[in-house]
Amino acid sequence: MITEKDVLHIADLAKIEISEEEVQKFKEDFQSILDYFNILDEVEENVEPSFQVLPLTNVFRKDEVKESLPREDVLRNPKHVEDGYIKGPRVVE
Amino acid sequence: MSQQVTGQRMERKDEVVIGLEVHIQLNKLNTKLFCSCSTDYHEDEPNTHVCPVCLGMPGAMPVINEMAIKFAVKVALALNADVQPFTVFDRKNYFYPDLPKDFQISQYDRPLAWGGYVTIEAGQGEKKILLKRIHMEEDPGKLSYRGSITTARYSMIDYNRSGMPLLEIVTEPVMNSPKEARQFLNKLRIILEYLDVFDGSLEGAMRIDANISLKGGGRVEIKNISSFKGVEKALTYEITRQKNLKRRGKEVRRETRHFDEINNITVSLRGKEEEQDYRYFPEPDLVPVDATGIIEELRGTIPEMPEQKRIRLAEQYGIGENFAKVLVLDLKMADYFEEVAKSLAEDGINLNVAASWTVDVLRGELNYRSKDFRFAYSILEPAEMVKILKYLTDGKITEKSAVEIIRTILDKGGNVDMIIEEKGLFAIANSEIEKLCREAIEKNPKAVEDYIAGKEQALNFLVGQVMKATRGKADPAETARIINKILS
Repeated sequence: MITEKDVLHIADLAKIEISEEEVQKFKEDFQSILDYFNILDEVEENVEPSFQVLPLTNVFRKDEVKESLPREDVLRNPKHVEDGYIKGPRVVE
Repeated sequence: MSQQVTGQRMERKDEVVIGLEVHIQLNKLNTKLFCSCSTDYHEDEPNTHVCPVCLGMPGAMPVINEMAIKFAVKVALALNADVQPFTVFDRKNYFYPDLPKDFQISQYDRPLAWGGYVTIEAGQGEKKILLKRIHMEEDPGKLSYRGSITTARYSMIDYNRSGMPLLEIVTEPVMNSPKEARQFLNKLRIILEYLDVFDGSLEGAMRIDANISLKGGGRVEIKNISSFKGVEKALTYEITRQKNLKRRGKEVRRETRHFDEINNITVSLRGKEEEQDYRYFPEPDLVPVDATGIIEELRGTIPEMPEQKRIRLAEQYGIGENFAKVLVLDLKMADYFEEVAKSLAEDGINLNVAASWTVDVLRGELNYRSKDFRFAYSILEPAEMVKILKYLTDGKITEKSAVEIIRTILDKGGNVDMIIEEKGLFAIANSEIEKLCREAIEKNPKAVEDYIAGKEQALNFLVGQVMKATRGKADPAETARIINKILS
C-alpha cells in the first residue's frame, strides 16, 4: 500500500513541493500504477530478466575526438551564466 | 620493537575496519565514455569540451567508447578480478547540479567484474586487499564556488568533466589502519600507471569515498576525498573523533560525512539518499556489453606488474632488494635504470652503482626540483647518465663532480662532456695531487704539527688547502689518504 509518507518521500527525492490535495491524488495514481504491475506476478518464476528489448550487444564507437560545441552555443540555453560557467543552486547540506 | 608490539595491541583493541570506493578517471583515453568530446580539458576554459550528450540535452544518445571497455577490462584482469562476459549499464537517479541529465549512467547488479585483489606490504609480510567489485560509470561535472562553499550564494558548473570515463573499484572492508589504506591506493596507482590507462598527476584523477568503523560503532562513510594523502588524513581524523565519542560514552551513529580538505576534518552530511532511493534500472539507451572477445584479446597482453618486475630486476642485474623495491614504484624510473644498467653491464660495472645513482642521487635531485623521470628522460638521457657513471668508476671524475654535472644538466641542460670541459671537472691525476699535498704540508707547518699532536681538524685544513688549489677537483678522501701517507 502506498502511504502519504511514500508520496512525500518521492516528492522530496524529486526536489518538488506538493500540496495536500496533490499528495492524495498521487497516492491514488501511484497505487493504480503499482496495481497494474501486479500483472507481472502471473509470470512464472525462474524467468531470466531482460535488460534490453533489442537483440543487440556491443554497439561501440572508436576513441576518436570529434569537435565539441562552440561555447557560445553551450551557454545560450541556460538562463544564468557567469565567466563561462553555468550558475546553479548552492547545494545546501 | 617493544613500541611496535604496543602499537599492534592498541590496534587490535579498537579494531578499525576500513573499506574504500576508489573512482579512477581513465584519463589516458582520447574521448569521454559516451561521446566524442576530448578528455584533454584540464588546461582549458570551462564548458569548452561539451556536446549534447555530456550536457544531457533531450534526445541526445550515448554511444560506448570501445577503448574505455578495453581499458577497464585490462585493469580488471591486472587486479585479478573475475571479468564478466555479460555486463550492463544502469541509470542511477539523483538530482544534483553537476549531473546534467539528472541521472548518472553507472552499473548496478551486472558490473564489469567481481572480486580481485591488490597485494600490499604489511608489517612482516604481505597482505591481500580483497576487492568486492569493479564497475564503469560516467563522471559528473565539477562545481566550484566564489569564496567558500558555506558563504557562496550559488554554485558555478563546468561540464568539461561530465562524461569522463570512470572506473569505480570497491574493496572489501579489510584494511585496519589509515596507513594500509594509503599503501593500497599507492599500489593501485602504480598498477594503473604500469597499464598506461591512467595519469595520476592530473587534477581529480583519483577520488575516494572511505567507509570506516571502530568495533561496536556504526559505519561512517566519508565522501569526496580527492587525493590519497587526503585519505590518510581523513581516516586518522575520523578514528580520533570516533574514539573520543566512545570515551565519552556516546554512540557512533551510522552516517555520511564530508571531508573538508582545507581544515582536515570531516563534517556531517544530512539528507543522503539510501540505495533504493537511486531507483536504478537498466539504461534503455544502451545495449549490453558482451566482453568475451575483449577478455580473450587482452588476457595475454597484461604487462609485467610491479612485483614481477621487482623480482626480475634484482635477479637480472644483481642489485640489492631495497633498490629493486624502490625502482618499481615508478615505471619510468625502472625503465631509466634498465637502460643505464644494460649499457654499463657490458663494461662489467657493478650495477648497484647504477641503482644507487638512479634511486638515491637522480631521484633525489628530481624530487628537489619537483620533477619526475619523464623530465629526466627529456633532459638527461640514460646514455648521458651512463657516461657519468663510467667516468666515475674509471676515477676520471669525483663523486662530487658527478653530482655537479647532474645538477647542472637538470637546471640548465647541456651534455656531460661539454660540462666537464667547461668546468674542468676531470679529476687530477694522483701524482699531481701528491705534489699539491707536499706543497700544502710545506706551507703549513703549524697545521702539520697540530695534526701530528692529534688534532683531527688540522687534517681537514690541509685537505682544504689542496681542494682550494684544485678548485674542488681533487677527491677529498683520496687527498686525506695521500697526506696521511706522506706524514706517516
